[in-house]
Amino acid sequence: MNEKNNSLLVYTLIYFGFLYIPVLFLPIFSFNDANYMSFPLAGFTTDHYEEMWSKRNLHKALWASVKVGVVASVVSTAIALLAAKAFVRYKFRGQNVSYGAIMMPFLIPEIILAVSILIIWINLGFPLGLVPVTIGHILFCTPFAMLILIARIEGFDFSLEEASRDLGENAWGTFYRVSLPLYLPGIIAALLLSFIISFDEFILAFFLSGSDATLPMYMWNQMRFVKKLPHVLALGAVIIVFTTFIVLLAFWLRNVGQGKEKQDIAIKL
Amino acid sequence: MFQAWRNLYSKSDNVKAYSLLSPALFLIILVMLIPMALMLSFSSFTQVSMMEIDFTPTVQRYIDFFEKSLLVSLLIKSVKISFIVTLITLLTAYPVCYYIAFYVKKNKMLWLVLLTLPFWTSYLLRVFSWKIILGTKGVFNSTLLGAGIISEPLTFLMYSEEAVIITLTHAWAAFALLPLYVSLEKIDFSYIEAARDLGLSKFEVFWKVTFPLSLPGVIGAILIIFIPTVGDYVTPALIGGTEGRMLSNMIQAYFGKINNIPLGAASATIMLTTVILITAIVSYTTKRLTQRLS
Repeated sequence: MNEKNNSLLVYTLIYFGFLYIPVLFLPIFSFNDANYMSFPLAGFTTDHYEEMWSKRNLHKALWASVKVGVVASVVSTAIALLAAKAFVRYKFRGQNVSYGAIMMPFLIPEIILAVSILIIWINLGFPLGLVPVTIGHILFCTPFAMLILIARIEGFDFSLEEASRDLGENAWGTFYRVSLPLYLPGIIAALLLSFIISFDEFILAFFLSGSDATLPMYMWNQMRFVKKLPHVLALGAVIIVFTTFIVLLAFWLRNVGQGKEKQDIAIKL
Repeated sequence: MFQAWRNLYSKSDNVKAYSLLSPALFLIILVMLIPMALMLSFSSFTQVSMMEIDFTPTVQRYIDFFEKSLLVSLLIKSVKISFIVTLITLLTAYPVCYYIAFYVKKNKMLWLVLLTLPFWTSYLLRVFSWKIILGTKGVFNSTLLGAGIISEPLTFLMYSEEAVIITLTHAWAAFALLPLYVSLEKIDFSYIEAARDLGLSKFEVFWKVTFPLSLPGVIGAILIIFIPTVGDYVTPALIGGTEGRMLSNMIQAYFGKINNIPLGAASATIMLTTVILITAIVSYTTKRLTQRLS
């Protein structure tokens, strides 16, 4: 289509405003010298950031979220890599059913996943804490990681792997020397995005973390107190900048070496 | 024996595929299906006291649910809110995807990344930012007060169904944008040109060609917005107040301070069954509709 459509362009730009402006209020008010978030702005300050840095519980929560995020992203990416290869490489019986089953955590309301894990966990007599949160996050991140990896592996020339096997390399060597370097950008993208999903995840942590707060749980607990809001804003602003950076890095990596435009997380439901 | 297994392995794609899939399927079975089955069985028990549960099977919890008008009305409200959110999200996102798919020439990928970027920032923070906007002393009220348009803060902005709907529409936008864009992008442009050459008006081309071809994306978006938002907890808890409360908030209370796990499990089961039924009906009718249109 070679025409232009200015009214649609204007609409699209307004829509961008709707998506972005609400999120930008967090960083704006994090530098505002007042306890309330209202206009006009009261003046510039970095006090909220200093206050944020001084909170010991926040450091603990940050460390908890990093631990959970690293374990959850590594395990879910590993599981997703094998599954993605099965879907791209082979035609098999029950393919659609298996695909649907693995995508289910993506679709089912998170609160259902959370309460069912909660029931089984407390009835097995295990204590709540970061372990059940991590298990829940692995379940929740796997479909995302798989979508990213499928998009990346699609079009991969599997004869390279066969050639390597024919030339006498064993399965592990083939994976290490042939498959891994080719999959690597996709794997890193999946790792980064699953880390971010786990890092920002709230509902599973809310039900399963017990007294071991993750970062979103820490923010949730602080949000109830008006006086503590400003440092939550500062923390939120830092998280938004960090998340945006990681996600852009992941998107860039995912597209490295792919000449044509690749469809985004192609949702095949 | 080993040799036999190896032969089988090298022969069958089924065996190969399922050995690769086994960790993922184990995960789904152990961490999702078994816990959900257990949740289902808990919905047939009775909470006797704080710590004690009577394990005699009964359907009493389901009767309890439908006898409590609060729970039934919250279920209806949750479905209603999600339905409106899904509809608004689809209607507002469709033109954007249409524009990017058909009018944007360069850097389509960049547009798409920019559209989905806010979705990756913490859900909690996105919901929280609406609290900043809609709150009594928030951005909206303080601006209107400052401009002299109103003399007292508008209290109905926060803690209402409308506030929940606006916030959810913002929070779930990316889930409509991606499937819609993917389905519009796939449309072979020669169909549209052919329809035009046959003398159809712009409006007819859209309704008879473009829209039916984009229906898979529409169905995808309906599924991934409607089902999860029915069970949303964060938005009603932060933004909804008593007015905008949804079923999830009660489910959480049954697992938390009310401590009636069986009734919580029954409520969760009813919620899940309801959304599955509704989406099954919606996707069935849309499929029938597509067949008739094409």
